[in-house]
Amino acid sequence: MKILVCISHVPDTTSKINFTDGDTKFDTNGVQYVINPNDEFGLTRAMWFKEKQGASVDVVNVGGAETEPTLRKALAIGADAAIRVNIEATDGFAVAKQLANVVQNGGYDLVIAGRESIDYNGAMVPGMLATLIGANFVTNCISLEIEGTSAKAVREIDGGKETVNTSLPLVIGGQKGLVEESDLRIPNMRGIMMARKKPLTVLEPVNVIAETKAVSYEKPAPKGAVKLVDADNIDELVNLLHNEAKVI
Amino acid sequence: MSVLVYTESEKGKFKKAAFEAVSYAKAIADEMGSNVTAIAINANDLESLGNYGASKVLEVADNNLDVFNAKTYAAVIEAAAKQENASVIVISSSADSKYLAPLLAVGLEAGYVSNVVETPSNLSPFTVKRTAFTNKAFANTKITTDKKIVGLSNNSFGLVESGGSASVEAFSPTLPESGVTVESVDKAIGKVTIADAEVVVSGGRGLKGPENWHLVENLAEVLGAATACSKPVSDLGWRSHGEHVGQTGKPVATNLYIAIGISGAIQHLAGISASKVKVVINTDPEAPFFKAADYGIVGDAFEVVPKLTEKLKAFKDQNA
Ligand SMILES: Cc1cc2nc3c(=O)[nH]c(=O)nc-3n(C[C@H](O)[C@H](O)[C@H](O)COP(=O)(O)OP(=O)(O)OC[C@H]3O[C@@H](n4cnc5c(N)ncnc54)[C@H](O)[C@@H]3O)c2cc1C
Ligand SMILES: Nc1ncnc2c1ncn2[C@@H]1O[C@H](COP(=O)(O)O)[C@@H](O)[C@H]1O
Repeated sequence: MKILVCISHVPDTTSKINFTDGDTKFDTNGVQYVINPNDEFGLTRAMWFKEKQGASVDVVNVGGAETEPTLRKALAIGADAAIRVNIEATDGFAVAKQLANVVQNGGYDLVIAGRESIDYNGAMVPGMLATLIGANFVTNCISLEIEGTSAKAVREIDGGKETVNTSLPLVIGGQKGLVEESDLRIPNMRGIMMARKKPLTVLEPVNVIAETKAVSYEKPAPKGAVKLVDADNIDELVNLLHNEAKVI
Repeated sequence: MSVLVYTESEKGKFKKAAFEAVSYAKAIADEMGSNVTAIAINANDLESLGNYGASKVLEVADNNLDVFNAKTYAAVIEAAAKQENASVIVISSSADSKYLAPLLAVGLEAGYVSNVVETPSNLSPFTVKRTAFTNKAFANTKITTDKKIVGLSNNSFGLVESGGSASVEAFSPTLPESGVTVESVDKAIGKVTIADAEVVVSGGRGLKGPENWHLVENLAEVLGAATACSKPVSDLGWRSHGEHVGQTGKPVATNLYIAIGISGAIQHLAGISASKVKVVINTDPEAPFFKAADYGIVGDAFEVVPKLTEKLKAFKDQNA
């Protein structure tokens, strides 16, 4: 089985979000980048397929050279090879098109992406990719087993979960549950050394026209101070929720 | 040229988000000088959509669509969009709608923007405001394709009753092979889900253990609320993963979010900050949640929550 794991390179979850150039660009100043958390679960699940079922695992990112340390981290965790498509990711559809090209040329059976990226939050790339390449698609995936070309997956739904049967070729939108938090792997020294020797191929992009563009950014209006209510005066909270906030 | 809206239902009953999506679609249609057509799959009481601004409802009644499938549902909406020559398609933000939207976008060659929180600031170029960076910012995003798909964030627009009426037309497109079949569904019956709730009551590690969750559940019951939890609570197995909210869990965009024994870490707040009113109950006045909340009680959950539950019950009984 040939697996491709899509890696989105995103600001660390603790990052302060600011903008520059008249609020048209994300301010990368002082921001630490990480593997998108949803992709990290998928990457670890892919490692298990590699170790238990002899799969090969490549990782891919669509982005500029600045994303390479993130791809190297994925190699250090255990991926066999990395691919970077050399174009800035500005639109989900354009990214999906670039990934479709990589999947088709690479002959991958299974693509593991994340449910959503924590920077763009589009929740669109994996579904678009699946449709473009004519593969099956399961998102919000919290469990995945593959036997031959058959797949069984569990998907989180509003208020519960459902078990589905499908087959390869398959694209997954993964999240926590695919593996547990405690199963996530941190690169060790040996992994980091080995990662240096693993191939990281830079591909030139195919020609794609973006469908959307973020023209400017805003930050939420600053919040007023919290109104504290005394623990002995809970009637006051009920009153405020009813008469002031009007939520009950 | 019309505005098409996909109106989601559960066991035949429209979700509140469906009425919200129709209300929103109506606002766009008015701006465009156009009409709203709704597409409903195996739903009842179709005329009710007229009240929120739909002038026509395409009724799909097909047993093959009893169980949600992203591909077949996307194909139905795609066929409807083509028949109606829709230039804007509105969907809500449920897990199912978010699942099918990217498939629909590719099928229609339509640009898709998710997590939209307002009506377009401009129709040409078509520009909408969406949340990004997990609610830490907004991105004003333009869609450059002829057809546009807008994914509306739940509870961001509200319900607007316009008192109109809708005609109903049967619609039966051909369905593609589904590719993914549901083997079993495991869903609590009669429980309010986080996605559909107007109030969410959430518990953190401050509650000390799963045996204390009746505090959260009793309060939620009085408020008709969904229950949720912080990430460590689900990591520890005190509550199911499906209840974990925050940046790496489910997003919460309710009218009221009550956090009990939750410190307010940045990753937690990012996921729930789209909620309109936030209440925190925490023993530690320095807990970061107090900076993000509208109302707070510095106090012990084990004392405060039962009292609050009792007072709210009395209030509800009085106002019932
Ligand atoms: C990559 C990443 C992603 C993450 N994603 C998420 C996410 O999506 N969602 C999420 O929730 N977290 C997430 N986290 C974890 C987050 O950083 C915090 O660790 C977590 O939110 C803390 O949970 P908590 O508030 O329940 O527990 P704690 O931080 O332990 O806080 C418990 C609180 O309870 C209070 N307390 C104690 N006793 C009482 C009492 N008797 N009455 C009232 N209050 C009491 C304490 O004062 C304290 O403030 C993420 C972390 C990382 C690194
Ligand atoms: N630039 C990118 N390069 C590679 N994979 C990506 C990229 N952007 C998004 N993805 C994948 O698509 C998933 C969903 O992203 P999004 O649609 O942006 O929410 C991510 O978790 C990644 O797995």
